Parts: sequence; structure tokens; C-alpha cells
Amino acid sequence: MTTRLQQLFTKKQDHNLSLFITAGFPKKESLLEIIPILESSDCDMIEIGIPFSDPLADGPIIQESSTLALNNGMTLDLIFKQVKELRSKTSKPILLMGYLNSLLKFGLEDFYSACFDSGVDGLIIPDLPLIEFQLNHESFVKKYKLDFVFLITPETENKRAIELANNSSGFIYLVSSNSTTGNSNKNTHDLNKKINELKEMGLKLPLLIGFGIKNAKDFENACGSSNGAIIGSAFIQLVKNSNDLKKDIPQFIQSIKTISYDHSIK
Amino acid sequence: MQTQTIKGYTVTEEGYYGNFGGAYIPELLYKNVQELTENYLKITEDHDFKTELNKLLHDYVGRPTPLYLAKNLSKKYKAKIYLKREDLNHTGSHKINNALGQALLAKKLGKQKIIAETGAGQHGVATATACALLGLDCTVFMGEVDILRQAPNVARMKMLGAKIIPATSGTKTLKDATNEAIRYWINNTDSYYIIGSVVGPHPYPDMVTRFQSIISKEIKKQLVSLEGKEDPDYIVACIGGGSNAAGAFYSFIGNGVTKLIGVEAEGKGITSGHTAATLKVGSTGIIHGSKTFLMQTKDGQITEPYSISAGLDYPGIGPLHAYLCETKQASYLSATDEESLTAAFELMKLEGIIPALESAHAFAVLDKLKFNSTDVIVINLSGRGDKDLDTYLKNYK
Ligand SMILES: Cc1ncc(COP(=O)(O)O)c(C=O)c1O
Repeated sequence: MTTRLQQLFTKKQDHNLSLFITAGFPKKESLLEIIPILESSDCDMIEIGIPFSDPLADGPIIQESSTLALNNGMTLDLIFKQVKELRSKTSKPILLMGYLNSLLKFGLEDFYSACFDSGVDGLIIPDLPLIEFQLNHESFVKKYKLDFVFLITPETENKRAIELANNSSGFIYLVSSNSTTGNSNKNTHDLNKKINELKEMGLKLPLLIGFGIKNAKDFENACGSSNGAIIGSAFIQLVKNSNDLKKDIPQFIQSIKTISYDHSIK
Repeated sequence: MQTQTIKGYTVTEEGYYGNFGGAYIPELLYKNVQELTENYLKITEDHDFKTELNKLLHDYVGRPTPLYLAKNLSKKYKAKIYLKREDLNHTGSHKINNALGQALLAKKLGKQKIIAETGAGQHGVATATACALLGLDCTVFMGEVDILRQAPNVARMKMLGAKIIPATSGTKTLKDATNEAIRYWINNTDSYYIIGSVVGPHPYPDMVTRFQSIISKEIKKQLVSLEGKEDPDYIVACIGGGSNAAGAFYSFIGNGVTKLIGVEAEGKGITSGHTAATLKVGSTGIIHGSKTFLMQTKDGQITEPYSISAGLDYPGIGPLHAYLCETKQASYLSATDEESLTAAFELMKLEGIIPALESAHAFAVLDKLKFNSTDVIVINLSGRGDKDLDTYLKNYK
């Protein structure tokens, strides 16, 4: 059986765009409005942030969205309820991204089975150590037919990156620079070089690049030797400022993908 | 690197004390934390490092600190009460033991930029001091609320050459300052993070415990000449993250004789919703990269603590204490704002010592414990109260 993520990367190898939105932002029910718009637009994958009080790896924009979502009363239970409702309306892969404490308090098996029941496809839990994944999470991930995605950074040693990739499924998430989310890349690492090295070492898993991607140029750069990119803070900023999501979201996505279209025409 | 067993507890190679501890950090911090994990014991157990640090602790900090028999307090509580005078350290608290150790370690690792979080400002001052001494750049994160209530320490840090960055999220206290320090560390991996308590990802809890263990090592020696025995009947220490308590307990854990008593800040009362007594109202989870007890909602959102004392105003506790509590090797009590203020004023009157508000919490449980007249009690007087004069004046009747 192949997962939705695997199907996506079989069908489409490049210029995949994943958008990240914090659940419960800007309103408690916003996912129910935003995801149907994403379904009908040129976005390939959806990441839903589980709001957390102390998001250590996040910059100000995602922090603020989390605080607002929590003030709106967003909970994991509600996320699962909303995803279940949305699952019949979209066939795009849906990932949850969050911090381990939320899962622990929910109960690990309860969490993974709720992912399965509601139609979540995969998980990204940045503060879950590899060894703890293997000990306490992997069996549930398999049991409930989910994908689990680890993060690697430009500073992750290649050998460790391969090990993290070997423990991931669906894709591996390459953070564009060692920073919290939403930061413009101060030091532009040579990601292409890193990716080529990893491929030479046998990396087969699709790879998406995220953190600090804001516009068409960033997106195009990121897509150079990867399978696509993830936009979080810039998308949240757009949602925050928009009075007309139905108009603004598709326009945003189009603006991100313009260069890639020109590119493919050439 | 191996599992290390200290009497009474074991720290595994991954930094676990039983179920508590570990390193729950995003990959973005992996390289830095790994570098430290691989090197901290190698460097700190090295003979030359030890000699250099001990010399500084002796000549610069003023160690060993006295173990003082508090006669008037003893008379009142009908037991032999000794005070371990960490308040007499240079910079005014136990925090310098750790700050100096880590600053020296950072230097050996070739790091020039130091960051730290601070609540009461004592760890910030200690770190700024160590950095001035060793020629390192120092940036301190401090909650906006704490900047106001611990103003003298803010001024001291600035004069010592540190840059202060206010933490403006959450309740703008210690937890938020720690979050900001960790985020800064992610964005500036060339810096070295000097954590101020026995919290954070492995190896910090173990490393900070080791740097603070000098407190109990000295107590042991001092008791031999004062009492003709190594082990007291009680050790009492206040708990924010738990570093002064960890240091004061260290040599006595599992000896079968000494009752170890940690005192958390109860704030306005356990059920008031304004408390920092983590072990009383918390449950297991992850905070600042460590699996331990923390205050949280049923959904796992970390809740905002409250204490009159900035250094105890923290919603977590070091994993060592979570473990000692679970295995009943130490007892954890709590004291309210009121009780601690009363205890502080009593210590001023009876012994002529103005304690830090944090340390006052340790004295506030004296009348809750039942001593025999021959019992030897050691209270760890973790710091002095100069920084708290404003609060004391406001509450002095
Ligand atoms: C004097 C004093 N005692 C105690 C503490 C609490 O920290 P810990 O529990 O790590 O000793 C602080 C923290 O700022 C302090 O300044």
C-alpha cells in the first residue's frame, strides 16, 4: 500500500509546494476555510501546525500564530475533528507538525490512531530524538500506516543525515539554514552541494527544503536540486493580512510558482 | 562516555535519570549539544582544568564558603542549624560556581560568544562576571518583568559589559528568557549557552550538578571538623530549576542518613493558580529539551508560574529532582510568598543576615519539620538579599 505522500512524489518529482498553517489561526475554524482553497489551487501538500505554548524552533510569526490559536481555544482534539471533516474534501497529503509534549499529553497511541482515523498522512515532530522515535513511536507509525519525516540541516553530518533519512518515510525535510522558522537566510549554505553529496551516499527519499522561503525566487532556488519547498511564515503572514482568502491564497501560490512555469516552458 | 553511577542515582549515556532527562532538541541544536556531550567530561575531569577552576573558586570566588552554626535560629527551632554560606560567594550566590565552570569550559572549546538566561539576575551577573574575567562576549536574556523587579542586577550586568536582551513573550519571566536564549542559540550556533540551573537538554543537568557539587563536598569536610561526622540529618535547599539543591544534596544522596529536603515556591498557594510548585501541581512532559515534571494544561500547554521570587518563578524542575522525588530519595515541600517573607525577616532579626528571596523559601519550612534536639540541619543559604531590597521594603511591617 502506498501512502498519499508516496503517491505524490511518484507522480510529481519537482516543484512541489507545501504550505504550512497553524491550526486555529487566525480563527478557530480557519482550517475549514483555508484547506478547501488549497485543494483547488496549485499547492501540493498541506502542513498543519499543532499550536504549542513554547515553540522553541519557531520565529516570531509562527510563535504569534500559535499564541493566537491557543487563545482561540484550539486543541488537538479539534484539529483531528477538523481534519476528518476536510479529508473528504481534499486528496492532498496532510501532515501535522508539532512539538512532542502535545503528543505525550494526548497519549502516544491515542495520537497516532487519531491521525489514522482522521486521515492525517504524516508527522513532523522536530524535538523528537531519533532514539526515542525508534523506541516509542516507530511501531505506531507503522501500525497506523503513517509517514514520519525527520529534519536535517546544512550542519547535519552526512552520515547522520542518511541515518535520519533511513528512518523517515515520505520525504526528508532539509532546513535551508541553521535558524528558527521565518528567518531570512543569513548565511546561504550551498544546499545543492549537500544534496548531491547525500544522493551520492545513496539518498533515495524525496527531499523538500523549508525555513525562510518567502517568494518565487527563494522557491525556485530551493527547487534547484530538491523535490520542492515548504513555505510557512510567509504564508501565515499572507493569511494574517488578507481580507479575502479566496482571492489572495491562489494569487500567492501563483506568484510563488510563476518562475517555475516560465522555467518549464523554456 | 559511559553511564555514570553516583551513589543513589545513575545518569545514562543519553542523560536519563530513570525516566527523566534526555535531550529533546530540534536537529538545529544537535551539533552544538553533541559537541558538549562528547567533551564536557573529558575537559572538566582533566587535571589542569580542575586545578585552574579550583584556584579561581578559591582566590576569586572566595571558596570554601563558611558553614556557620546559627545559634539563635538553632535555639528557636530546637536543633543544631548550620547555614552553608553561598551568599558570601563573589557576586552573591551559588550561581558563580556553575557560571565560572562553564565559561572556562566554553573557552577550552574555543567559544568566544556566551549567552545565558536569567531570572533573578544572579545567574546573569555570575555569567557576566565570569565573561569579564575570561575575556568573553556576554549576552543575557531576561524577562521584561524580571528586569523591573531585579533592577540592581540589571545595572550590575550592564556595568560588567553584558548585553541584556529583554524577553517579551509569555509572562516575560524565566521560562520566556530561556526560550529566547534557546532560539538565539539556534540562530547563532557559534555561541556557547551557559544554562543557569540543572535544567535543559543533556548534558546540562549533569554538568551543572557537577559544578555545584562543590557545595556538598565542602559541607562534608566542614561537618567532620565541626561535628565529628560527615553526614547531617537534614539538608534543606530552595528549588527553582534545582541547581543549589542538587549541589547541596549531591554528596549525601543515597547515604541512608541524611533527609534531603527541597523547597519549591508555592506563590499564593497550591490551589490558587498562582504558584511555581512544579512537583505539586505538575506532571511529566518536555520543557526546554528535558523530560521532567512541569506545569501544564490537560492539552500539554506549559502554564505560567508565579512566585514573588524571580529565581523560583519557573514551571519546570531539573530531571534529577523529578527522579529523586519519584524514587522518594528526597522530599519536596513548598513555601508561600508570605511564609518566605516572614522567614526572611526572622533571619534578619535573629542572625543579622539578609537572604535572597529564593533562599528564604528554604528557611520557611523550618517550622513544618519535626527535629530532635540533637539533629544536625544544614540549610543552603543560596544567595544574599541585596537584589531584593525593594520587595523587602514593600513588605516590611
Ligand atoms: C539566590 C538564588 N537561589 C536559588 C535560585 C534558584 O535556582 P536553583 O534552583 O537552580 O538553585 C536562584 C536563581 O536565580 C538564586 O538567585
